[in-house]
Amino acid sequence: MPPTARSRHSTRALMSREARIERAFRGLTLGSAVTVLVLLSGIIATLVHGSWPALSAFKLQFLTTEIWNPVTEKFGALAPLYGTVVTATIAMLIAIPLAFGIAIFLTETCPRWLRGPISTGIELLAAVPSIVYGIWGLFVLAPLLQRHVQPWLIDVAAPIPGIRMLFSGPPYGIGVLTAGLVLAIMVLPFITSVMREVFRMTPIALKEAAYGVGATQWEVVWDVVVPASRVGIVGGVMLGLGRALGETMAVTFVIGNAHRISSSLLAPGTTISAAIANEFTEAVGDLYTSSLISLGLLLFVITFVVIAAARLLLLRLELRTGRMQ
Amino acid sequence: MTMRGLRKRKFTAWIAMSASALATLIGLAVLALILWTLISRGLGGLSLDVFTQMTPAPGNAGGLLNALFGSLAMTLIGFIIGTPIGVLAGTYLAEYGRGSRLSMLIRFINDVLLSAPSIIVGLFVYTLLVTTMGHFSAIAGAVALAMILIPVVVRTTEDMLVIVPDSIRHGSAALGAHPWRTITSIVYPAAKRGLVTGALLGIARISGETAPLLFTALNNQFWSTDLNKPMANLPVVIFQFAMSPYQDWQSLAWTGALLITTFVLALSIIARVLSGRSGDRHTL
Repeated sequence: MPPTARSRHSTRALMSREARIERAFRGLTLGSAVTVLVLLSGIIATLVHGSWPALSAFKLQFLTTEIWNPVTEKFGALAPLYGTVVTATIAMLIAIPLAFGIAIFLTETCPRWLRGPISTGIELLAAVPSIVYGIWGLFVLAPLLQRHVQPWLIDVAAPIPGIRMLFSGPPYGIGVLTAGLVLAIMVLPFITSVMREVFRMTPIALKEAAYGVGATQWEVVWDVVVPASRVGIVGGVMLGLGRALGETMAVTFVIGNAHRISSSLLAPGTTISAAIANEFTEAVGDLYTSSLISLGLLLFVITFVVIAAARLLLLRLELRTGRMQ
Repeated sequence: MTMRGLRKRKFTAWIAMSASALATLIGLAVLALILWTLISRGLGGLSLDVFTQMTPAPGNAGGLLNALFGSLAMTLIGFIIGTPIGVLAGTYLAEYGRGSRLSMLIRFINDVLLSAPSIIVGLFVYTLLVTTMGHFSAIAGAVALAMILIPVVVRTTEDMLVIVPDSIRHGSAALGAHPWRTITSIVYPAAKRGLVTGALLGIARISGETAPLLFTALNNQFWSTDLNKPMANLPVVIFQFAMSPYQDWQSLAWTGALLITTFVLALSIIARVLSGRSGDRHTL
């Protein structure tokens, strides 16, 4: 074979080899990307399949029944559902104003050199494992609340009709309120982070114009920055809410794990995730296990809707302003 | 505007901005309080025994060796399973599928999975592996951890690859390189720091996870290296020991919590320094 033909031949061989690898690599990346979809479908399929026995036995009553009795095999999701919603609500009531304050401080008043360290400090709250929040909540926060805060709450609320029942009963330390408080700390960094990002995206010209006509710093924040960041704020809050609804270990430690609905926030309760974490390995009988998986399905649907809505809002924002930086 | 109105407005501004500083102080104080508690309650129990002895029966002396080993093993296996899938998927989103509808969908679903409750993943893997295999196992725990790691790595990989300038991709293509060669020998090296950051954040995320291990790896009071059997792991041991009424178990739980937190926070800080940014939006 003449040299030119040979080199042409090997070049062609090389090219086809490169092309083959190209096809394989491309297929590999596509396959991995699709894995994400498979994961989601798999989760949905197994949850639906696993919850079928319980859902077909209890039908819609599963959602409206408070009873949770492994002995008589009667199960209802109302108590954990209630606990999930109430703890998440408490968490949001505390975390939103705090996150708002921190985000404002970091973007408006904080000296530049302090910004990095403080942001890092707040974000490290998100890195602390949830089990650590749990043990801290149980051994430090709960006794603190029991001794100093809850008796005071009970005294203060006693004369006020309507509020009284929220803070009645003995101060256990653990309970719905404590769980909400721990959740508030846990979701704080997530909400803060999103708020800070969107506040920072407020056009400088708008703020300078407001300062130019004599607005105070607070007026700039409230009348310029906040309206400009509305979508992002809602997105961040919902992202935090999604976290609060699904958080498991920390809540399991401090909520008391009682399948009942109590008007008092000081009473023990349970949440969907805490009930699953506590009972799943000990569940005897198909109906019991299936009921717990039904709780999982319920949690998945709720958090999926909340998180998806949050992501859509934030996505809209990213599309409008280019990728968030 | 009257002087009085101005004074009132300035006062309101002062109150509001002070409140924002106070909120920041509260946030930092909580972090400090948690860290201080961990150190004051966990450091006392920290001895060589923790790293050389097995988890004890109540009332006996012991350590956390089997739990540390189990956590390390499952985190490592989860990392080995999850990282390639995550990096390749992120590569697809940033390179081949950039701007396509499929990528939009996958990115969206990935972001949802990123924030989804980890206990759901535990239930999924329980049904997928534990019921089919008939018993709890370390491998099931590792798979559950991998599933939690994947969305983190996908997100960071994509973020890091898209900031690599297109001009160097074009340069490589102009020399006749196929996309795969451009990606593996030009884009990946250019984004190396970012990719390592993503991997570190992924490890940080899964090494403290408890919920997905509860009904996959379960726990094991004894030394076991069999991936096909239940395996001890730090988070579940902390959970079990902390909830117990035994003083010595609780004290070991605190030591375990101190170890795990130190590890995770150190990883997060290293990742932050590596990526050179303070805003960590990747694990949102």
